[in-house]
Amino acid sequence: MSWLSLNLRAVYGRAYPRVIGVMREISWILFDIFLPLLGIAAFIFYYRAMGAPEVFTGFVIIGGAMTAFWMNVLWSMAAQFYWEKETGNMSLFLIAPMSRMAVLAGMALGGMFLTTIRALSTIVLGFIIFGVSVQAFPVLDLLLIFGLTMVALYGMGMMLSSVYLMYGRGAYNVSALAQEPIYLVSGFYFPVRQLGLLLAGLASIIPITLGLDGIRQVLFGDQGMGFLPVGTEMLILAGLGIVFLVGAKLSLDYMEYLGRREGRLTLRWQ
Amino acid sequence: MVHAVEAQAVTRVFDSKAKQKVTALDGVDLEVKEGELFGLLGPNGAGKTTLIKIMCTLLLPTSGSVKVLGHDVVDDFQAIRPRINMVSGGETSGYGLLTVRENLWMFSQFYGIPGKEARRRIDEVLEQFGLLDKGDSKVRAISTGQRKKMNVARGFITDPDLLFLDEPTLGLDVSASFVVREYIRRWLHEKKGRTILLTTHYMAEAEDMCERVAIIDKGKILACDSPNNLKRSVRESARFGIEVEGDGAQWQPQVAGLISAAWSCKEGRRLLTISLEQEDTLTDVLLQLRDRREVVLSINKEEPTLEEAFVSIVKGGSA
Repeated sequence: MSWLSLNLRAVYGRAYPRVIGVMREISWILFDIFLPLLGIAAFIFYYRAMGAPEVFTGFVIIGGAMTAFWMNVLWSMAAQFYWEKETGNMSLFLIAPMSRMAVLAGMALGGMFLTTIRALSTIVLGFIIFGVSVQAFPVLDLLLIFGLTMVALYGMGMMLSSVYLMYGRGAYNVSALAQEPIYLVSGFYFPVRQLGLLLAGLASIIPITLGLDGIRQVLFGDQGMGFLPVGTEMLILAGLGIVFLVGAKLSLDYMEYLGRREGRLTLRWQ
Repeated sequence: MVHAVEAQAVTRVFDSKAKQKVTALDGVDLEVKEGELFGLLGPNGAGKTTLIKIMCTLLLPTSGSVKVLGHDVVDDFQAIRPRINMVSGGETSGYGLLTVRENLWMFSQFYGIPGKEARRRIDEVLEQFGLLDKGDSKVRAISTGQRKKMNVARGFITDPDLLFLDEPTLGLDVSASFVVREYIRRWLHEKKGRTILLTTHYMAEAEDMCERVAIIDKGKILACDSPNNLKRSVRESARFGIEVEGDGAQWQPQVAGLISAAWSCKEGRRLLTISLEQEDTLTDVLLQLRDRREVVLSINKEEPTLEEAFVSIVKGGSA
């Protein structure tokens, strides 16, 4: 059995529960499509009441859909190891011969699949309900920036999860703390360039900021109110993806060593 | 001969939140032979789980060395992991929305077992554990006992060379425990050279299954031997129960090295329970019975149980 074969199987194995969850946990239709649509609707009505350009409706729907990815990364990637430790899965992952990165990659791919379906459902429904139209756009550019965003975003989630591995319950609080501020600075409901160069630049460390901005520019063209040119955003996202993935690998190895040394890998109720 | 486990002078010290050092293992020496079903017994907090975690590569020893299947747990842990597995009786691993079969399959993928082979093994263990009819049920819909059996089955799916079973029958009913014990025996019989390290609080289980057991307390190995030898080690005297016909006199045997003799009556029969310093002086007792024209119905040698041995060893601090 080759190293590649082992780890591909492990990725598939860990992604499977998330993929199958789409079919078995139908409640997501209510919680992940209809409820977010209410929040989206509120922003759309604000913008319409203020007489904002109609393109803002599309901004809000895209932003609302993309929040699902941020939530997924925070709660189902970064904090996931906390739950795995609580249920006893963590020690079984750790004594298995696969790479720890395979577990994280499985979680990421499964999460991406699940969340993409949810996000697409939100976008389609939102566009239909609020009558949003988009210009003809380069599909390849859209797929590229979306793909780069996902790699960087889930790479970040993988890195965070390795850090959270050591912090147990603390991870939960950090995720709760990160949730709302990132909604603001990443421009989920408005073009991020409104924050100014410095704040928008800082917010760009979170890959969803540039990803969202790039997707809006591709879909809405000149009306997209972009922060940086799409090509530049793609390059930065690619760089962030590499940094986060390498960081995840190094961090995971170190945290595992630290955990074995301090005995914190499998201790529950931390 | 390569031992499945070789631990030498292993210590493990934890830093507690109160900035105090807690010594969980204190100079543990242990050897588990390949192909052996070895028991690790100890009261709660004795250090059993810490020792198992070190052997499973989940924890580093503070000092000393541990080799598992010939590989060092500190420097060469990657070579150990494909060849071991672990089951903890208290665990609730797996995902509730997956079926029993899917859960087992998922864990098999972490060991790179090809799909067809994984499915064959899953069918086999499901049948052996009496879970075939639950294979397609979601884990959250099955009983706790069935879930525990699934977890034990998970340990065997990867066909490990060394399997750590940490209280595998904890919380199982009598028939489920029996199924698990029978499977363990059969597996070891069929798979020559495989080793199991079992921890349990059920002394009868250890006595029934293990070739050797180690008793650990306060981080130290107090005794390590076969259950029979451990039992003998704690009782220097020989105790017999002699059943005699009729409800006649309750006389005192006169033999050298008699520690105690007591009579009891039940349903027209008398039972003489005697403790002797030397087992062979039983002959003198039997001669006296013959001289008194007593009719002996049965003679039983009363062995100490492993439980008695365990309590005695732990209480005494050594064998």
